[in-house]
Amino acid sequence: MGKKVAFLQGNEAAAHGALYAGCNFFAGYPITPSTEVAEVLSAELPKIGGKFIQMEDEIGAMAALLGGALAGSKALTSTSGPGLSLKQELIGYGCIAEIPCVIYNVMRGGPSTGMPTGPSQSDVMCAKWGTHGDHPAICLVPASVQETYEEVIRAFNLSEKYRTPVMVMPDEIVAHMRERIVFPEKGEIEVIDRKAPTVPPEQYKPYDTSFGDVPPLAAFGSEYRFHVTGLNKMQDGFPTTKAAVVQEEEERQVRKVEGNVDDIVKFEEYLLDDAEIVVVAFGSTSRSARYAVNEARTEGIKAGLFRIITYWPFPEKQLLALAQRGVKAFITPEMNLGMTHGLVKGCTEGKAPVLGIFRVDGEPINPGQILDKMKEVK
Amino acid sequence: MSKRYEIRFSGAGGQGLILAGVIMAEAASIYEGLQAVQSQSYGPEARGGSSKSEVIISDGPIDYPKATIVDALLALTQEAADKYSVDLKEGGVLLIDSELVTKQPKGNFKVVSFPITSTAKNEVGREIVTNIVALGAMVALTGMITRENAEKAVLARVPEAFLELNKKAFNIGYEKALAAQA
Repeated sequence: MGKKVAFLQGNEAAAHGALYAGCNFFAGYPITPSTEVAEVLSAELPKIGGKFIQMEDEIGAMAALLGGALAGSKALTSTSGPGLSLKQELIGYGCIAEIPCVIYNVMRGGPSTGMPTGPSQSDVMCAKWGTHGDHPAICLVPASVQETYEEVIRAFNLSEKYRTPVMVMPDEIVAHMRERIVFPEKGEIEVIDRKAPTVPPEQYKPYDTSFGDVPPLAAFGSEYRFHVTGLNKMQDGFPTTKAAVVQEEEERQVRKVEGNVDDIVKFEEYLLDDAEIVVVAFGSTSRSARYAVNEARTEGIKAGLFRIITYWPFPEKQLLALAQRGVKAFITPEMNLGMTHGLVKGCTEGKAPVLGIFRVDGEPINPGQILDKMKEVK
Repeated sequence: MSKRYEIRFSGAGGQGLILAGVIMAEAASIYEGLQAVQSQSYGPEARGGSSKSEVIISDGPIDYPKATIVDALLALTQEAADKYSVDLKEGGVLLIDSELVTKQPKGNFKVVSFPITSTAKNEVGREIVTNIVALGAMVALTGMITRENAEKAVLARVPEAFLELNKKAFNIGYEKALAAQA
């Protein structure tokens, strides 16, 4: 029997990916260009006994998301730039309280209300630094409908495995375009669930590091009773200002992600073996880049593509290795004013020039622009 | 490299252009066994404002999902015809609504014109199927998808009660375009 195929939007694929991963709770507030995720899940979740709730605003939605996730659900919200800004306070809460959940954010023009129906890639810094303080950050940036489906599953897996909020950030083009998708069979893609406590309720501590950097999480409201706060906390969940504990806890929270970059960082290398010009791109822009690389090759230009799939943690090690191997130049096309450009410059330590192509007019970067930039490289 | 064929449906919000593009792409991808990507751009308005829907069809993987040089263009407003006909490929085809686009754009492309909206209203019976009349015409003019497969895709998308209406709209559009082209 053939696999089930469909012709879907990125957002619709995201909703179905969430269901595959075991999502049984959605809390959100509709916003262009992400609303289709809520639309699909409002129809599908009740069928499987899940819960869908439209809250009064984006902060309320984030609060409901954390509550649902803490109570044992696999929880998703979807939003776009202005909504992401509003959620930030509670995203930080999710990081410090270590609550696994997935935030799907479609990047549209910004700042503020910006261009609601225009594509953008300018929320990537907000994914890491939108909420204040040191905290772990994972952000995945799919480039196709199929990959959006799969990356949403991976986002759930990473959030459960590392007990932390994870973001998936397609740009508006990926979120709204339609492509053929082949659905995986049940069991074909691994689905990870959070570690449950192995101790009886009276011995349970929600941040018990004797189980490693990622302590087991009991369902809040079950017979396991514990305290949750946004303050720096001890292993039993109660607040502390004890210097050594706070230092160690902060470092552990960040280490959950930074100590496991090889497990989390995902990328694709295309024609890089002999590449003298390396385009570093993600999302829909990486599709323009691949087109441009193919064109360049027919003209005898040795170009290749490094496609970012995990934006945070940033693939610093891989890009530095490319720079050390020796390339003539990196090119960073992106629908923002240089966010990735700065990161690539930083991690390649000046070993090769980094040329940027920045666009914030609501139009995609076309292959011709990238090809022209390649020709500027001497 | 694989061959790309680029189609753009353009006009105003509310004319059903995005759906027309979606059906064209579904016909190619699901029924014709080709690869297809459909994308769109539109303003924040629910109706009015400009709207366009693009379909790339190819026999291989499609990287860039937007149109570069358009093979076939539908324009249902004068503004869309003026704005997008410059993107047409030499030898490409432009389909316009003869009553809505009164100033015909000039260029090295073929222009096919008939009163698409009036056809929907008077001959099919409902103005709301303008997009399906236009889709039928585009299927005929582009020749990328068989008439049968395109009709299947149309019927898979519409509610039961409107199957006959849409079938009629699709086929009238198909025939009219062939006649107008001759």
